[in-house]
Parts: sequence; C-alpha cells; structure tokens
Amino acid sequence: MVDEYQRLWETVTRDPGHLAFLPLGEHLRRRGELESAARVAVGGLEQHPELADGHDLYARILTDMGDFEAADEEWRVALEVDPHHPGANKGLGFLRFRGGDLDEALEHLENALAAAPTDQAVVRALHAVRDAVNDAQLEQSTDPISGASAQDLVFTGLAGSDEGMLLVDQRGRILGGRLRVPPTGDVSEPVAAYLAGATQEAERTSRMLELGEWQWIVGEGPSGNIYVTPPTDETLLVILRDRGVPGGRLAMLAERAGAAARQWLMRQSL
Amino acid sequence: MTTRFRLALDSITRVRGVHGALLVAGDDGLIIAEALMEKVNGKAVAALAASLAKRLRRSMEACKAGAPHFMHLQAQDGTLVVVPAPDGVLVVTVGDARMNVGLVRLEMLRAAEALA
Repeated sequence: MVDEYQRLWETVTRDPGHLAFLPLGEHLRRRGELESAARVAVGGLEQHPELADGHDLYARILTDMGDFEAADEEWRVALEVDPHHPGANKGLGFLRFRGGDLDEALEHLENALAAAPTDQAVVRALHAVRDAVNDAQLEQSTDPISGASAQDLVFTGLAGSDEGMLLVDQRGRILGGRLRVPPTGDVSEPVAAYLAGATQEAERTSRMLELGEWQWIVGEGPSGNIYVTPPTDETLLVILRDRGVPGGRLAMLAERAGAAARQWLMRQSL
Repeated sequence: MTTRFRLALDSITRVRGVHGALLVAGDDGLIIAEALMEKVNGKAVAALAASLAKRLRRSMEACKAGAPHFMHLQAQDGTLVVVPAPDGVLVVTVGDARMNVGLVRLEMLRAAEALA
C-alpha cells in the first residue's frame, strides 16, 4: 500500500493533471491529511475542470474540513457535468438531510441508489432519511394545531390539493387526498368506491377491444369534470374540477399530481 | 336501420381515425344501430361502453358533478367516446389513437340532439 501511495504521489508530482490525483486525493483524505488532499484535488481540477469525479473528491474533502457550503457548490458542479453521478447525489443527499430538507435529500439519495444500487452507504442513508420523513409525517398527522393528516400530504403544493384530488387503490380504498364538494362536504369515500368499479371496467374494455393499456378517462358533467388515471399499476388518481377548467389544463394537472402521487407512494413503501 | 339513425352515425364515421359508431341502449348494452368497420366487434363495444358509462355516471353523481354528457376513455392504441342521448340511448364511437376527438365530440353531440 505504501508503495502504491508512493507511486501515485510521484506520478502526480510529475504531472498534477494525471488522473492518479483521484486515488491519491482520496488516500490523503482517508488519512486525514486534508490540506494535502485539497491541494491535490485542486491541482487535478485545474487540468480537468469538467471531471465530475474530481469535483466529487474535492467536495468530500471540503465536507471533512467542515466547509459544507463549498462542498455543496462542488457537488452541484459535478451534477451539472453528470446528472447521475452517484457520489454527488449521495453527498447532496447528505447535505440536504443535514439542512432538514428531507424531500430533496430523498430525491438525491434515490438518484444515487439508481446509479449505484449496491452502495450500502446509500442504502443506509436512504433508510435514515425515510425514517425521518415518516417521523415528520407522523408528527404532522398528530399535530392538533395544524390539523394536517397524512392524507393531506400526497398532493401538497398543487392547486386544489386539499379538495379536488384523490388517490385510491384498485379496491376503492383511499390512500390520500380528498374530494370536497360544497355544500355536501367530503365525497371521497363514495367516489373511491364507485371509481374502483369504473376503472376495472375501463381496463376490461381496453383489453377486450384491443385498445392497448388504458391511460385515462374523462367525464364531463353539468357541474364538474372528472379525470381518472392510474399513476401506478395499483392505484388511481382522481381529479375533480368545475366544468370551466379545460381538458388540457386538467391533463397537465393530472400529470403533476401523478408524479406527486408516485413520489409519495415510493416513500410509503420504503 | 332507419334513415335518421344512419345519418346520425354516418356523420361520425366520416371523421378520420374512427373505426365505428353505434347507438346503444344504455340499460342493457344492446345495439340499436351501428356503422362499424369489419374488424370491430359491435356487440362487445356496445356492452362494454354501456357498462363503463353506467359506472362512470355513478362516480360522477357521487361527486356531485351531475350525470355526464361526455365520456372519453383514452388507451394507448385507441379511444372510446360515449355521449348520452335522450331516452337512455348512448352514442358510442370507437377509433384509433389518432382520432380527432374534438370533431368526433361535435358530431356525437349533434347526433344525440338529432335523436331527441
């Protein structure tokens, strides 16, 4: 190992831009020689400013030095070069988690896992973040002041998320969201129950008429329009809007709500 | 098939991408009149469209949107559109994924009015 280290050191001394700066910088970082590691990383990056691995190395060194802001910047540069870089996603996941931004932490770690599915450090970090997300949701669901429940969290941030969006499973059980119609109030349960039947029929119709996989159903009524689509194989998303909302806008809304639902379902399954 | 029914369906089947149009009894899904391409199984379209319309109507009534006047099922390779007409009749159109739904909708609503 000493020989290997010596060889790397000599190579980089001769040519600071040699890619051996990567293992050498990592070696020095692990030994706690952070100043030397940083010098090696910066020297290498001067020759290879577009090398995502170089920015990732430098960011890890900066993190060890406690300069999280600069590390954040380096990892973001790495992702600009390579949006799927596992190290950069892992690092930014860690920094977002540390900053309390659980959603973004989760997103980065999931990207990291997609790129490096066997990385146990990512798996452990994901578990930690998911636990924190679940704790936060539980806290919110029992918060008597906010009155928010887990049901409210699926479509958070989308227009009409608290009264015109519903996520149900294929057996008509509510998973999240709510349909509220004045003056009747909450109609989520009967709609969920009836729609389970309607979508089974849609699936059967598409199959028997050889129309391919069904994508969505729209129903237009005198007092409102309904849009139903399966964001995953096992769930249905229902969007209810007044009849003034055009079909195209409804489709765009459904696309965003579908993405939110998939993200929420993924978090629930972890 | 009476001239009135034929005229109602012909205007729909002239739209590009339409594979067939039918008048269906909403209660039992039986065909009243049809104008279909050979490969289309009219009985199946009628029965399935009636059943789907019935279930979607229940859902829409449950969410106080009222009885639907237009229903559209979009699938990967095809489209099914249903417009209720007077006396429990359904105007049903089946077509491929490229079907001009806007034009079909106009013709179907016109056909439903003509049946009144």
